[in-house]
Amino acid sequence: MEKFKLVHYVNQFYGQIGGEEKADQRPILKDGSVGPGVQLQSLLNDSAEIVATVICGDTYFAENTNEAIGEILELIKYYEFDGFIAGPAFNAGRYGIACGAICKAVQEKFQVPVLTSMYPENPGVDLYSKDIYILKCGKSAANMREALNNIGRFITKLLEGREIGFPEEEGYIPQGRRVNVWAEEIGAVRAVNMLLKKMKGEEFETELPMPIFDRVKPAPPVKDMENSIIALVTTGGIVPKNNPDHIESANASKFAKYNIEGLNDLKKGEYETVHGGFDPVYALDDPDRVLPLDAMRVIEKEGVIGKLYNYFYTTVGNTTAVSSAERFGEAIAKELISNGVSGAILTST
Amino acid sequence: MQLEVGKIHIRDLAFSDRTYIEDGVLYVNKKELQDYLKEDKNIKDVDIEFARPGESVRIIPIKDIVQPRYKVEGRGQVFPGFVGDVETVGEGKTHILEGCTVITCGKIVNFQEGLIDMSGPGAQYNSFSKMNNVVLVITPVDGLDKHTHERTVRVAGLKAAAYLGKASKDLTPDETEVFRYDSIIEAAKLYPDLPKVAYVYMIQSQGLMHDNYIYGLNPKGILSTLISPTEVIDGAIVSGNCAAPCHKNATIHHLNNPVILELLRRHGKDLCFIGVIITNENTMLVDKKRGAYYATKLARIIGAEGVIITEEGGGNPETDLMLNCKNMENAGIKTVLITDEYAGRDGRSQGLADVTPEADAVVTCGNGNQLITLPPMEKVIGFLESVEVITGGFHGSLHPDGSITVEIASIMGSLNELGFERLTTKLK
Repeated sequence: MEKFKLVHYVNQFYGQIGGEEKADQRPILKDGSVGPGVQLQSLLNDSAEIVATVICGDTYFAENTNEAIGEILELIKYYEFDGFIAGPAFNAGRYGIACGAICKAVQEKFQVPVLTSMYPENPGVDLYSKDIYILKCGKSAANMREALNNIGRFITKLLEGREIGFPEEEGYIPQGRRVNVWAEEIGAVRAVNMLLKKMKGEEFETELPMPIFDRVKPAPPVKDMENSIIALVTTGGIVPKNNPDHIESANASKFAKYNIEGLNDLKKGEYETVHGGFDPVYALDDPDRVLPLDAMRVIEKEGVIGKLYNYFYTTVGNTTAVSSAERFGEAIAKELISNGVSGAILTST
Repeated sequence: MQLEVGKIHIRDLAFSDRTYIEDGVLYVNKKELQDYLKEDKNIKDVDIEFARPGESVRIIPIKDIVQPRYKVEGRGQVFPGFVGDVETVGEGKTHILEGCTVITCGKIVNFQEGLIDMSGPGAQYNSFSKMNNVVLVITPVDGLDKHTHERTVRVAGLKAAAYLGKASKDLTPDETEVFRYDSIIEAAKLYPDLPKVAYVYMIQSQGLMHDNYIYGLNPKGILSTLISPTEVIDGAIVSGNCAAPCHKNATIHHLNNPVILELLRRHGKDLCFIGVIITNENTMLVDKKRGAYYATKLARIIGAEGVIITEEGGGNPETDLMLNCKNMENAGIKTVLITDEYAGRDGRSQGLADVTPEADAVVTCGNGNQLITLPPMEKVIGFLESVEVITGGFHGSLHPDGSITVEIASIMGSLNELGFERLTTKLK
């Protein structure tokens, strides 16, 4: 079997160029393994070969991050490599951030497995653990051997495309993905066991730590309503008949906009709801109940608002992932602002 | 108080000229059952099909699942308020057909019905794939409004379950389980040293077909109240719910409420089961607050030291769940919540619509957004095209060869929040 080829990233210190005085070293490339890479190579045996080592000063990387990344990508692109390793960075902050950043960039550009290793409190962890695998390691180079052992084992697994287990088995820092698994016991039994532990003051582990919600700061009030364009936006799933854009009834993957210029009323049979989370009878009977176009036309005529925007935006807010909702919200707001809309009425169900 | 549950194990189904059970086979007189159900003039036609474990069968779209049962001793009859009178149930002797269900199938809301595969990868996501299912495909009379349609199908399922359950009337059960339930004072006297645990049973009652019925009554307008656990086992609560299939409680979930069964089984051993508090799940905040305040007050009255709180549905009901949790914890009552998550297909999103810091002990029954491809089945009972509009389905779910790609939210009971299944999530 042919050996997998690896490129290794280290800072000026582990690259044996020098200490802090050499921290402004620009990226350079050396054939083969250097510093910790030599030991790593011996641990990898015949499974993989470190074909090149990139060395870059911590200060240079920190102060010129984009340039440093660009230079490194340029340097290594002539190698045909199957994987990329950075560090281990232990608790060195600048080094950790550099390892995370370069791993992420290499993964994006070359689509190969990347891996680094740090102490869990290294600031690089917070910044990059969601994007790449970061193996936990000790605080300092005293833990070098263990860290390299783990890197060797894990990178081989990644290179061979084997299934990656859970963080506690594999030693990486959780990437924040909640994955379905089968428990030994049904949920009810787990709940009773957990409650008895909690009541007795014994240790228990929640299966779902409470997520922290983003708080959206409300926009300031619209100053001049009589001269403002106001838009209608809904998560109630109102669409033209037959749902031309195929918005899903749950966990919507998209939003759509529809022209309502000259329209004063959403007629039964011409508009409908595709929302799967509520009884659609009343919305189907009169779609204005969810998207109040008729009422908006009244206040438009009365001059309460300057004008109703010519399009309405719609999606389905039913078990829809918050990440999708954020994406829709940002995109809709951007379009509205660029079209001179100063306020929106959001209707839900 | 005592309820004896006699279980008759059903291992196969067959049609016959009369309805009876012999050697674990449920024989069904199709014509008789059809005629009985068609006494309801809103039913134009009802087809009856069987779906057995391991068969290459897909059932879609499913509204409710009911376990056949029949009361052979004691007051009342199963499904009081629907099949029986409203007399209080929960004592005496009840026969149940174990490993057997009645499934009601047909397009009602269409977005909110679910599917069951009897074999293949989809079959591992719920218990009903391992049961012998009598499927009623119900066609309503033309022009029937959705609300009457829902009620018609609901009642047909309950009637069919009682009809089939009745076939076990004179049989000797294969297995008997006796559930004892003591009055609060008695229980506290009997087990003074065991932790006093109550169950807070959130029942969805949002109107708009997200409703359930207790003795035939929609709990939408009630204050939180007490019910004995054996009443639930005896059919006092039935589902009329057309919420997302993965996490609505079908009638069979209520009948076999796994929290109640576990607490009953452990009563007097390592805990003292002090009561079941029913609290509703309405849409308005004031109703949520009222329900949660009152549930906590009831928990204090009965002397609960810890409670398990189960949610039904997701999104809006998370507020009820969190208010119940917060109020209980503030009153010094320890809580464990059972819920499920919608964390996106990649599992990276926030999975709940509302949270509270007091919720430090939570059981999750899985992430509903996980995508799964289910192979074609040789036989489809119902309407396969529904897969593109049900919860968890999307435009493109149905492939030309009959295989489907859906989120597991479309599978009946896959994330049941009474803790009926083994699915959970882990952080990767």
